Amino acid sequence: MTAMPSSAEASFPPPFTHYQYDEAYDEMFERPGVPRAHYRTLFRTLLELPAEDLRNSKQAADLSFLHQGITFTVYGNKEGTERIFPNDLLPRIIPYSEWATIERGLTQRITALNLFLNDIYHEGRILSDGVVPRELVYSCKHFRREMRGLIVPRGIYVSVCGTDLVRLPDGQFAVLEDNLRVPSGVSYMLANRKVLKRVFPSLFRDYGVCPIDHYAQALLATLRSQAPVNCPHRGEPSIVLLTPGVSNSAYFEHTFLAQQMGVDLVEGRDLLVHDNVAYMRTTAGLRRVDVIYRRVDDDFLDPLCFRTDSVLGVPGLFNAYRAGNVTLANAIGTGVADDKAMYAYVPAIIRYYLDQDAVLPNIETFLLSETSQRNHVLDHLGDLVVKAVGESGGYGMLIGPHSTVEQREEFRRRILSDPRNYIAQPTLALSRAPCFIEGAVEARHVDLRPYILSGESVTLVPGGLTRVALRRGSLVVNSSQGGGSKDTWVLRE
Amino acid sequence: MLSRVADSLYWLSRYLERAEHTARLIDVDVQLRLDQSPDAATARRERLLASLQIPSALAGVVDARTILRTLTFDRETPSSIVSCVASGRENLLQVREQASSEMWEQFNRLYLQVIGSNSDDSWILQSNTFFRAVQEGSFLFQGVTDATMSHGEGWHYLQLGRFLERTELVALLVGTHFSGLQQPSDQPVEGADYLEWVGLLKCCSAFEAYCKVYSAEIRPVRIAEFLLFNPEFPHSISFSVGKVHGALHVIGELTGRKADLPLRIAGRLQATLRFTQIEEILAEGVRPYLDGLRRQCAQAHSAIQQIYFDYPVETAMAAGD
Repeated sequence: MTAMPSSAEASFPPPFTHYQYDEAYDEMFERPGVPRAHYRTLFRTLLELPAEDLRNSKQAADLSFLHQGITFTVYGNKEGTERIFPNDLLPRIIPYSEWATIERGLTQRITALNLFLNDIYHEGRILSDGVVPRELVYSCKHFRREMRGLIVPRGIYVSVCGTDLVRLPDGQFAVLEDNLRVPSGVSYMLANRKVLKRVFPSLFRDYGVCPIDHYAQALLATLRSQAPVNCPHRGEPSIVLLTPGVSNSAYFEHTFLAQQMGVDLVEGRDLLVHDNVAYMRTTAGLRRVDVIYRRVDDDFLDPLCFRTDSVLGVPGLFNAYRAGNVTLANAIGTGVADDKAMYAYVPAIIRYYLDQDAVLPNIETFLLSETSQRNHVLDHLGDLVVKAVGESGGYGMLIGPHSTVEQREEFRRRILSDPRNYIAQPTLALSRAPCFIEGAVEARHVDLRPYILSGESVTLVPGGLTRVALRRGSLVVNSSQGGGSKDTWVLRE
Repeated sequence: MLSRVADSLYWLSRYLERAEHTARLIDVDVQLRLDQSPDAATARRERLLASLQIPSALAGVVDARTILRTLTFDRETPSSIVSCVASGRENLLQVREQASSEMWEQFNRLYLQVIGSNSDDSWILQSNTFFRAVQEGSFLFQGVTDATMSHGEGWHYLQLGRFLERTELVALLVGTHFSGLQQPSDQPVEGADYLEWVGLLKCCSAFEAYCKVYSAEIRPVRIAEFLLFNPEFPHSISFSVGKVHGALHVIGELTGRKADLPLRIAGRLQATLRFTQIEEILAEGVRPYLDGLRRQCAQAHSAIQQIYFDYPVETAMAAGD
């Protein structure tokens, strides 16, 4: 930890003694030792509660996660590949007024992105009008030409979206990235809430927190509304959740959502396609499937159409999809819109389709395919964050201020050999929130991933997954890289 | 219900039953050793290994601790407790959304307990607690299952797996025990023999139940009669076969697909167990009779696989959807 003005340190009472406070926005404190209005009750509770009680609660919470098997799988690590998802005991609190802005902004954003996808896979007006470069769309590895001209129910390509928000030093929320393919993490949001309600029952009640328990129901309604137009039993479409299987890192979430929605959890080997109709193999014979909430990437969905070596998919599924006999949610090819280079154009996309300014701003982004921007980035690698455009989960990233000379050289080489594959952004001072760490309260960087459902209408459950960089000083919140999560409380109006 | 799901439920139940059985056998063995001469212990240990179908390689090992560790913690031994619990959990993991959360938590707790134990010397001294915990873990899982899961199609696959496995395990255990005997005694046994026969009953949790029916007089023929024919005791073969038949019948109704061959096998076994006298079986030999019974169970198992879990798509298509 860097040196801190001693006056600031003195103004934090225990258990906050080691609370780090600097130019990053602090979720709890408006000034050192002075909590914001919506954090006052929690602050007082923490001052009064014996550390022992908190430690016990923390242990009980961890045990409950372990016993419920709320774990994730870490790839590339042979031993103990199943770990509990680290959770923090203290809620992150967001006043309703701030949430209302987020909700408005995200609704606007997903509406525009769905219109954009529908446009580029049909007439491509936005490309002809020169708002988004044609080149950028066609060079994206997640663009699927097989999708051209294919009509999806209601024109909704992205039924489930998880958008990562960060808070800038002035307190404003901005969009860091959209996850439009198979976003995960929503089960941790629900699990965190379940645990915190048990740990802080009276605090929870006194705060008046907006409920989130209806997520699964809302998801089910969204999937229902996506049933194929020529579905034989339209009122009661048969819905399944397609998982890559037990070794997938998000398998817990797949089982959890299937159970909460009361739909079958299927693997590729449970499904088959006959005469362009998808069926699942049951003990009573074959049963038709109408909507597939798939948690399998595009590449692996159908070995006849995409990766031929995929054993996770279903041969012939794409043809059934194309014939309009089954709906896939999300649609195939949505990754073109969450490409990190495309991200830079989202404000323009919103303006183009909705004739509105973006409610939630973007982070300044340098496109490395453009010479002047590239030169600027190469000169400032030590200050910037460089990301590969098609990656997620915190992989393929250079964090300038925390990098070594060798790493920077490596990225310089990579950028020069394939500039389209990278973007750069300023290093953000993510906001900090109080976390309970080894018996004391310390500040850790957080972001926020709300989940947005689009079906007949756009639905958000209030809050989302607050991800925490649990290592001191770290800016990486991904669970695969030492991140954890905490419950997010949106207060009632 | 998805075929894969039914298959996993069926197997997880079989694995758990086997883990419980292995734990009980070792537990009884460890207790009996305390009362016995080393020679008797060696003979019984060979029988123990035979009734768990442990390859003969290990039977040559004299070191009791090695055997104990292998049967408990060796992942390479398929019927070791850790292997069975881990395989059962893997199957449950595949069908997590079908089971209730309580079931999952209970099974997971058992799993964590088993892999969390280590086989050092202090563990061996306390092993009794461990084997008890495995059996209790299994009882709890069954109780939690009955109390929290709908008794629908999935529940019946659990029943089917458990009781088919139990039938085979008890048949092998009893068969092994009787295989050395030309003419089992109809007289009360005493001394070292007494301990062995009580041990067999305890391996089936049957000592107390036996006493209630026949008093504490231990006669081998009555033991055979009890473990084969008793219609009320949950570890008897007759009881288990009855449960298998019942589960198959309900599954046939629920899916609209009747499992002809397995139903016939279970029905026939049920009838013979009900209407045969123990003397007739003694004439044939207990071991040969039970070996035949196990072969029929294996046939029923394959037929169940083909009818519900792994049927060819062409036949399903022809039947229409």
